[in-house]
Amino acid sequence: MVASANTRLRLETAHLTALFGQHRAVRDVSLLFPAHTVTAIIGPSGCGKSTLLRCLNRMHELTPGASVQGEVLLDNVNIYAADVSPVELRRRIGMVFQRPTPFPTMSIYDNVAAGLRVNGGRRRAALDDAVSRALQQAALWDEVKDRLHTSALDLSGGQQQRLCIARAVAPQPGILLLDEPTASLDPAGTQRIEELCHALKRLYTIVIVTHNMQQAARVSDYTAFMYLGSLIEVGKTNEIFTKPKVEQTEAYITGRFG
Amino acid sequence: MSGASLRRHLTSRVMTVLIVVLSFTAVLALVLILGNLLVKGASSLDWAFFTKSPVPAGQSGGGVANAIAGTILIVGLAALIGVPVGVGAGMYLAEYGAGRLGFAVRFVADVLNGTPSIVIGIVGWTFIVKPSGGYSALAGSIALAILMIPMLARTTEEMVRLVPHSLREAALALGYPRWRTSLKVVARTALGGIVTGCLVGIARVAGETAPLLFTALGNLNFTTSVTQPMQTLSLQIYVYATGPFDEWHRLAWASALVLMGLVLVISLTARWVTRARYGRIR
Repeated sequence: MVASANTRLRLETAHLTALFGQHRAVRDVSLLFPAHTVTAIIGPSGCGKSTLLRCLNRMHELTPGASVQGEVLLDNVNIYAADVSPVELRRRIGMVFQRPTPFPTMSIYDNVAAGLRVNGGRRRAALDDAVSRALQQAALWDEVKDRLHTSALDLSGGQQQRLCIARAVAPQPGILLLDEPTASLDPAGTQRIEELCHALKRLYTIVIVTHNMQQAARVSDYTAFMYLGSLIEVGKTNEIFTKPKVEQTEAYITGRFG
Repeated sequence: MSGASLRRHLTSRVMTVLIVVLSFTAVLALVLILGNLLVKGASSLDWAFFTKSPVPAGQSGGGVANAIAGTILIVGLAALIGVPVGVGAGMYLAEYGAGRLGFAVRFVADVLNGTPSIVIGIVGWTFIVKPSGGYSALAGSIALAILMIPMLARTTEEMVRLVPHSLREAALALGYPRWRTSLKVVARTALGGIVTGCLVGIARVAGETAPLLFTALGNLNFTTSVTQPMQTLSLQIYVYATGPFDEWHRLAWASALVLMGLVLVISLTARWVTRARYGRIR
């Protein structure tokens, strides 16, 4: 697909098939996510884009009856190898969901610190530094620095989503998976998240699932188009949107179906 | 107004009145009980009632200090046994109870929930009182705990299931092991509901008499030894209300009022905890 950048934070799927029971939701997808880029996965509802994303941090297998075939390589190591612990793996890959999911019983500070504490981070000073760094990365610091110990539920929806980004990046994961992160936000909130994507790819490799093609065009370096579980086409975002090679891709991005 | 419209309005009126009347009937029972207790019991509430133990039959004076202390001790001990087991079982059912074992536990809990409390009393007598050689407060606590456990298990399960799946996923995606997700995120989020369920369960068993008849038995003297027979307010009411003396009847009314007050306080606390919870989660 592209000349690979440096191999750190490099994520790649090889003949990946994801199943729910007998149903193949993702079919034989081989896809490279180069380091320090934003890759958007687009496609109509039910095309398997979220399922593909959930295979990248082994969340897919938590659904009863779900299974995976093929490989996902993180810096050339198969994350489905027998000696890889999914719990350890998820600490190296951050994920943000469609709806904000702050832990309702925790303060803003504790939410961001949650992923650090589970990693064994206990020292107060180190936690303080990490929390403020994560909140700054998520562009939330200025809004919450004076009320770190108040409930996370007092934040607006857009702020809650940025809090979830801060929580995901606090353990410095390397890879950031965003599953339609702006689906429940207003335009202003959406814009802030999109700006964050640009800023954060300097530090992370980002994969974003979106049903919004304008968003894919705005935030991503590469775009992958999926349909009925299969990868139809992948390439540089401006090329996918200006001169797609496959008929189906063109039909989708010009709004003829989907 | 057309005929059809008129009929609709009339039906609506009649139904509204009916519902109001029915609601009042439901509340009326409580008002009558409380009112009756207040009228017949309140006059007997004095310092001696709360501080003295009963005097021999026929004499006047004395109080139910032994029964109040006994109720608190027996119910407290029952909660100490029943809450961890019941809440633990509920957590298990909600988080890991999808399989056959979960189904079995759920089924047993439901059957146990519907078991008449006197049967639990007899079971307590057969398996605890008889082998241990005597009636004891501890046997009573165990009987009440058995009554409490299935209730708490099912309410805890319901409360834990109310926690959105997305929160569980968020914790797992952050690299939480499953047990830690259950404990730190799911259980903590459901804590308000679980505490409410526990308080309702405790209030429920605080008024039980039947399971205690065959286990704690009752005791006219003040005791805090859980290996001895012990009095509770419910047992006291049973004995005094069925006895021949007016003085006893008077004390029975007053005891009923105190027991009712105790249960009411626990229930109100449960309400308050629930409100705090919803106030927070919105």
